[in-house]
Amino acid sequence: MEDNELLVLREVVAGYTRPVVGPISLVVKSGQVVGLGGPNGAGKSTILRSITGMARLFSGRIERSEPLRIAHQWQRPELPPELALLGRELYALLGADPAHAPSIIQPLMSLPLYRLSGGQFQLLQTLACLCSPAQVVLMDEPTNNLDGGALDVLSAMLHELDPSRAVVLVSHELSFLEKHCTDLVEVRA
Amino acid sequence: MNDWLLFDPLFRVPFLVGLLLAAGLSLVGALLRMRNEWLAALGLSHIAAAGGMLAAFLHLPVLVGAFGAAGAAILVRSALPKVGNSHYAVMILLGWSATLLLGSFMDHGRTIGESLLLGQLYFAYAPHLFGAAALLLITMSVFPWLSPRLLTARFFPDYHAANRIRTWPYRVVFALLTLTAAVLGTISIGAFPAFAMLFVPPWVGFVLVDGWARSVSASVAVGVVAYVAAFVLAILIDLPFGPVLTALLLLTGSLRFLTALRRRGSELSGDDSHINYLPPIQAKQDDG
Repeated sequence: MEDNELLVLREVVAGYTRPVVGPISLVVKSGQVVGLGGPNGAGKSTILRSITGMARLFSGRIERSEPLRIAHQWQRPELPPELALLGRELYALLGADPAHAPSIIQPLMSLPLYRLSGGQFQLLQTLACLCSPAQVVLMDEPTNNLDGGALDVLSAMLHELDPSRAVVLVSHELSFLEKHCTDLVEVRA
Repeated sequence: MNDWLLFDPLFRVPFLVGLLLAAGLSLVGALLRMRNEWLAALGLSHIAAAGGMLAAFLHLPVLVGAFGAAGAAILVRSALPKVGNSHYAVMILLGWSATLLLGSFMDHGRTIGESLLLGQLYFAYAPHLFGAAALLLITMSVFPWLSPRLLTARFFPDYHAANRIRTWPYRVVFALLTLTAAVLGTISIGAFPAFAMLFVPPWVGFVLVDGWARSVSASVAVGVVAYVAAFVLAILIDLPFGPVLTALLLLTGSLRFLTALRRRGSELSGDDSHINYLPPIQAKQDDG
C-alpha cells in the first residue's frame, strides 16, 4: 500500500449466505470522500459491511493501513424506546468530544435519546462518527431523515474534512454524491 | 403480629442475601434491558431451576446443578447464529416442565420445585451470602469497564469488529455475570422473583431519570427499596416472600405512570411566548 492509502479493496466479492456484490476494487486515500452510488439492492451497504467485517468476504481481499480506526454510521439506526442515555453520552461513545460538537447538535446533548426524533437521532449518530478520531468514516445513507439545516452542516463537514482522514459515503441521491464526493463509484445491481 | 421475627438472628443471613441480590440483580438487569435481552433472564432462571432439581435428584449440590444447566444453556445460545425471544421462550418452557417433572419422582420434589420456581428466602445460608456478595462486588467493579463496551456494541454494532478490538473479553464477562445472577437469584429467592428483580427495577428506573448512570442508580434504588419492603411485609403479615416481592416490584411500576404524567404536564406548561401565532388558514372553497 502507498503512504496515503488507508483502505484498498481488491476484487472483493461480499455477501451474507451468498454473494451480494462484486467483484469490486477500490482505493481509499486520505483526504478523499469516496461516493458509492447505485440503485437499491445493488449491495452498497454490503460493501461497507465487508470493510467492518459484518459481511462475509467470498473472494478478494481488503488491505488497510495499520493502525487504522474506522467508524461506521449505520443506515436506519434503531432508536431504543426507553433508554435514558443522554445525547452527549451517545456522542462520546466513539471518542468524540461533546464540548466541541457542532452547534446544531448542542441542544441534543442534554436530551435523553427517547426524546429525539428519528432525524435528530440519525444526525447525532452521523456527527458522532464524523467527529470521532476515526481516520476512515463509513456513512450509509446519512441524508435520510435530515432537514435542510442538518444537511448544510453535513455538507460543510464533508468539505472541511481533515486531509489525513477519508470518508466512504453510500447514498442513493446522485446529486448529493456529485456535490460532495471527490471520487464516485457506481455499484450496479 | 410477627414483628419480633424481624430481629430474629435466624433471619439476618437471609435478609443480607436478599439485600445483596436486590442490588446485584438490578445492576445486571440494567445491562440486560439496555441490550433488550431481559427475557433471557427468565429463560436462564428456569433452566437453572431444572438443573438444581436434577442435582437434588442425583443427590448433588443444587448450586452445582443450577450452574451447570444454565452454563450449558448459555453455551448453546452463543453457538446459535441468531437468538431471539422464541429461544428464550423454549428455555422457559423446558426449565419449567423439567423442574416439575423431575420433582414428581422425588419425595420432597414438590417442595423443592416450589422453592426453586416460586421462591423463598428464609433458607439462605453462608454460601448464598458469599455468592451474593461476590456477585455485587464483581458487578460493581466491572461495571465502569463493561457498560461503555456494551453501549458501543448496542449503538455501533460493528465498531469493535471494524477496529479489530477483541469482543470476547466483555462478552464472556457479561455472560458470566448474567449466569451468576440468574443462578444465585433462582436458588436463593426463586426463578420468578429473581426474574422480577432483574426485569422490573430497570423497567422503572430507566424512565424515572435521564442519563445512563443516574438511570442505573435509580434501578438499583427501586430494587433495594422494594426488597426491604417485601421482606418486612412478608414476615409481619406472614405471607410468602416471593409473591410479595414480585407484587411490590410491580407496584413500583406505577412510578412509570406518574413520571409520564409529570412529563406531559411539563410539556403542556412549556413556555411558548416566542411563537407568533398566525390566524388559521381557511381552505379555499371550490365553487365550481
